[in-house]
Amino acid sequence: MFTRRAETDSLARATLATPAAEVSKREVITPIETRLAMYRKMLEMRGFEKRAHDLFLQGLVKGTSHLGLGQEAIAAAFGQAMRSDDYTFATYRGHNHTLARGVPMAPVMAELMGRAGGLMAGKGGSMHLTSVQHGMMGSYAIVGAHLTIANGAAWSAKVRGTDQVAVCFFGDGTTNIGAFHEALNLAAIWKLPVIFVCENNLWMEYTRIDAVTPVAHPAADRACGYGLAPVLVDGNDADVMYAIATDAIARSRAGEGPSLIEALTYRQGGHSRADPGKYRPEEELASWLERDPVPAYRARLLANGVPAAELEEMARVVDAEIEQMTEIAKASPPPPAWLVERDVFADGGASWRR
Amino acid sequence: MTYRDAVAAGIAQEMARDDSVVFLGEDVAAAGGVFKATAGLLERFGPERVVDTPISEQAILGAAMGAAMTGLRPIAEIMFSDFFAVCWDIVANEIAKTRYMTNGQVSLPLVIRSCNGGGVRFGAQHSQSVENWAMAVPGLKVVAPSTPRDVMGLLAAAVRDPDPVLFFEHKSLYPLRGDVENGEIVEELGRALVRREGVGVSIVALAAMVPRAIEAAEELDAEGISAEVIDLRTLVPLDVSTVAESVSKTAHLVTVEENPRLCGWGAELSSIVAEELIYKLDGPIVRVTSPHVPLPAADALEDAVLPSVARIVEGVKRSLG
Repeated sequence: MFTRRAETDSLARATLATPAAEVSKREVITPIETRLAMYRKMLEMRGFEKRAHDLFLQGLVKGTSHLGLGQEAIAAAFGQAMRSDDYTFATYRGHNHTLARGVPMAPVMAELMGRAGGLMAGKGGSMHLTSVQHGMMGSYAIVGAHLTIANGAAWSAKVRGTDQVAVCFFGDGTTNIGAFHEALNLAAIWKLPVIFVCENNLWMEYTRIDAVTPVAHPAADRACGYGLAPVLVDGNDADVMYAIATDAIARSRAGEGPSLIEALTYRQGGHSRADPGKYRPEEELASWLERDPVPAYRARLLANGVPAAELEEMARVVDAEIEQMTEIAKASPPPPAWLVERDVFADGGASWRR
Repeated sequence: MTYRDAVAAGIAQEMARDDSVVFLGEDVAAAGGVFKATAGLLERFGPERVVDTPISEQAILGAAMGAAMTGLRPIAEIMFSDFFAVCWDIVANEIAKTRYMTNGQVSLPLVIRSCNGGGVRFGAQHSQSVENWAMAVPGLKVVAPSTPRDVMGLLAAAVRDPDPVLFFEHKSLYPLRGDVENGEIVEELGRALVRREGVGVSIVALAAMVPRAIEAAEELDAEGISAEVIDLRTLVPLDVSTVAESVSKTAHLVTVEENPRLCGWGAELSSIVAEELIYKLDGPIVRVTSPHVPLPAADALEDAVLPSVARIVEGVKRSLG
């Protein structure tokens, strides 16, 4: 078993600074157990989404799905930094955030495949992954809405005095919709324990975010409008993200209110499964593939002295889990038709008359 | 007690009973509401449970939803029901669908109160009757009381209900006085009430149309026509049984709806009666509605739009042939 000797390694120290503004420079040391857990989770996310893509090509994943390939470090870091009773709110690009909270892969894949064994028995689909028991309070497919809902969970935690925080992930495009403004304003004036994480992957859907936004950093440059510090970080660096996450969560838990974090990253695929992403310049894609967070983190762990055999064994185990969850998901039958009229109302049914 | 005072009394009854009930909205706390329907709640329950918000309807309803899914029972106010149009995403896409999409994982015990309807000359963006918007969305319960006692009793039922409820108070009824006995008042959602018994025709009405229907029934009485008036009270669940029982007796159905004509609740009720009770009917079903127009502001014009006693009387006579 690997030892703790990398714990104090200099590469594990993330110096936090933002090009957008002078944010306090802090050094945070990521414990090695956490770093290994983040790497393992990133392998799981990467393997899961690649498999989802393969199953789509085979006609087994139905409908639409939005992959977060290349954006894993953000989800993995927050997954480690959050307490088990904290709340996650994600978008339709939410597979990684769901797995980050410890939701098992098989029911998530079964949900993508429209099977009875799916996380929501096939009633939600890829864009609405929810597992309340894991603190995964939902994936939301209308841009902006869930920022306001995350506020509600944070408000509730404050009223109930539970010290829980809500973490809300969204894309760069969300910064231009009205709900973003309403949510940030309310969170700030009510000092809610909520962390807003903008995953700026440079592309809205098919249009570059900078083509439709008057400031360079769509979230960070707007933070001052809510009395918040601008925070712009490398979203492909899991250690940096972990440090930022830990700090923001601690401040929210201490009653210091919300944070708005802009994490720079890149969507390696298209917007959705129907989109090959051909509109992106080849050199842009190539340069971001060189900054792929998963191999980069592996290289860092190796450089920090984690034995290669340890990481290879980890990858073998995750690969086996991917195969196993695929078989479980494939073996699940389609959901029964009687589910159609279940759970519209709390009585379990759909009756609107008496 | 007035209909207006019954709002604060109903909220207070539930907040005193259950610490998880919180109340938020624009100008609801320090100002006591633009119609003064929530005066005194801040003083009694404090700023943590009675909260003023910015003019941010999406943020209000998102906060209510997130709070409801994590252990509170929020009451949110949308000042005028017309403003649902700026936060309908949270209502129709999020609140209404989340229990279903999550296969029952998420419960949303919340109430959204709003003042609805015309008669006070506020024009097309502060006077609409939008209850039929709400009724069209699966997953919502829809309530519209016509008396002070029902404001209290149905509000209590809505707060205690495990599902999201849209609660439409009629702004023209706020000054209305009615008897409310002492002690806890709790009604049941989904029960219509026969407000006036009769044998010749069933007039089904909602909210501000109920007193008008009763007035029309009294005029008809003088002409020897015995009209039964049913106050629907909730649109979802829809109490078809009470209507069916009445129509089976009277053989005539007239609905009185304030909403613009197309796809009003009376259309759904008429189709159910036509489908299930056609052989009990002795005349055409008649819908008395607002015409399919936005609501004009001038008193003379607004009065021409809203169903009047005269139009209800005329509608009954058409049904009776």
